[in-house]
Amino acid sequence: MAFLRAEHLCKEFVSDDGKISALSDISFEVEKGEIFGIIGLSGAGKSTLVRCINRLEEPTSGCVYIKDRNINELSDKQLRTERRRIGMIFQHFNLLMQRSVLDNVALPLEIAGVRKKEAREKARGYLDAVGIPDKASAFPSQLSGGQKQRVAIARVLASDPELLLCDEATSALDPQTTRQILSLLRDINKKYGITIIIITHAMTVVQEICDRVAVLEGGRLMEMNTVKELFAHPQTKAAKRLLLIQDNNEEEAVL
Amino acid sequence: MNIDPKVVEMLLEGIRDTLFMVLVSTAAGYALGLPLGVLLAVSGKDGIHPRPVLYRVFDIITNILRSVPFLILLILIIPLTRFIVGKSYGPEATIVPLTLAAAPFIGRMVESSLKEVDPGVIEAAQSMGATDGQIIVKVLLGEARISLLVGVTISMGTVLGYSAMAGVIGGGGLGDIAIRYGYYRYDTQIMIITVVILVALVQVLQFIGMRLAAHLDKRKK
Repeated sequence: MAFLRAEHLCKEFVSDDGKISALSDISFEVEKGEIFGIIGLSGAGKSTLVRCINRLEEPTSGCVYIKDRNINELSDKQLRTERRRIGMIFQHFNLLMQRSVLDNVALPLEIAGVRKKEAREKARGYLDAVGIPDKASAFPSQLSGGQKQRVAIARVLASDPELLLCDEATSALDPQTTRQILSLLRDINKKYGITIIIITHAMTVVQEICDRVAVLEGGRLMEMNTVKELFAHPQTKAAKRLLLIQDNNEEEAVL
Repeated sequence: MNIDPKVVEMLLEGIRDTLFMVLVSTAAGYALGLPLGVLLAVSGKDGIHPRPVLYRVFDIITNILRSVPFLILLILIIPLTRFIVGKSYGPEATIVPLTLAAAPFIGRMVESSLKEVDPGVIEAAQSMGATDGQIIVKVLLGEARISLLVGVTISMGTVLGYSAMAGVIGGGGLGDIAIRYGYYRYDTQIMIITVVILVALVQVLQFIGMRLAAHLDKRKK
């Protein structure tokens, strides 16, 4: 049985102009230990989709199963407990600016009820794991983008998750830092066996790290395949378009 | 210019009474205004726990209280002041209307400080399974602390101004002295001295507040 199953997810937003469909009938499965990519241009519904997995966004219909547990049937309290096993990192890192790096990493432990002193001790270990043990007493405003994302990853590791959701986690970083962060993600995927779902608009990210990928356009899942297959034989216009954009970007980079 | 030592003594007492009123009223104002501000920020449209009806009720109450001019409030609640303190004049009594005037003002300041907190950070805490209470304490109040501290400074300045107004009904403190001597006895010199002291007090409070805020802020260093 798949580790995660999304079944017929639909999400509609009600605005002044009527209903807007952000996601229509999305179904997919992710295996344990897999790195699964969801790619699409901005406005394709990627962020909404990934937020339906930990219910930061409630789907209008459809549901998500994690290890055969229906996430959408959980009570608020059960959901909070479940969320502790689902880490999430963000494009803009979302660190607490008034807390030191160490206290940022200790936050999920504090939330889980671990005492502050013990939380800090554990947090130190996770800063080692992401390669910035020397930054414990620094504050986020003193760090580079790459270092901030490392803190965010350490913070996720602190709650010992089974699943990690990455929402455009490298979009605010330069290409070199992006590669370093992706390689760190690959390491924690191997070392801790954490299943990873990556949301991105960049084919390079998918190519670098993902096992399989789903192409999202206009809130619909257009195509899903292994990365190798998708690059070799894109079936839909949506996939071809994304590949084309990447080629253009690379040409521009060369020029 | 020679000043009677009795006048100096009176002015010192005035400073002491004014500071007493301002500090106690601001503290009591926060005891009411901080929960009010948290409630407004949390239950508002973009809050972490929107409750439109609840928000509306407290929103209206806050607006009504804030729109009553302080001088009117001062007189209007004399019966309440008598009931709580036992008399309606002097610094202790003035704390009651000051607190009541400060609380809704402080509530709005707290609300606006908390609304400035980056929604992304709140979302991150939610993704960790934080309860609303944990988000309020660890994220909202923690991340907004500099803005909250600036709010305390502004509130103290406002309460100080109000406290001087209470001089009209014998509220005690520097305002009382200024009105008694300057207005009733045409002693301009003492009135000017009290005004200068009031201005200096505001400056000092403002200076301390801002220095403390700059010192505690971890965003830019």
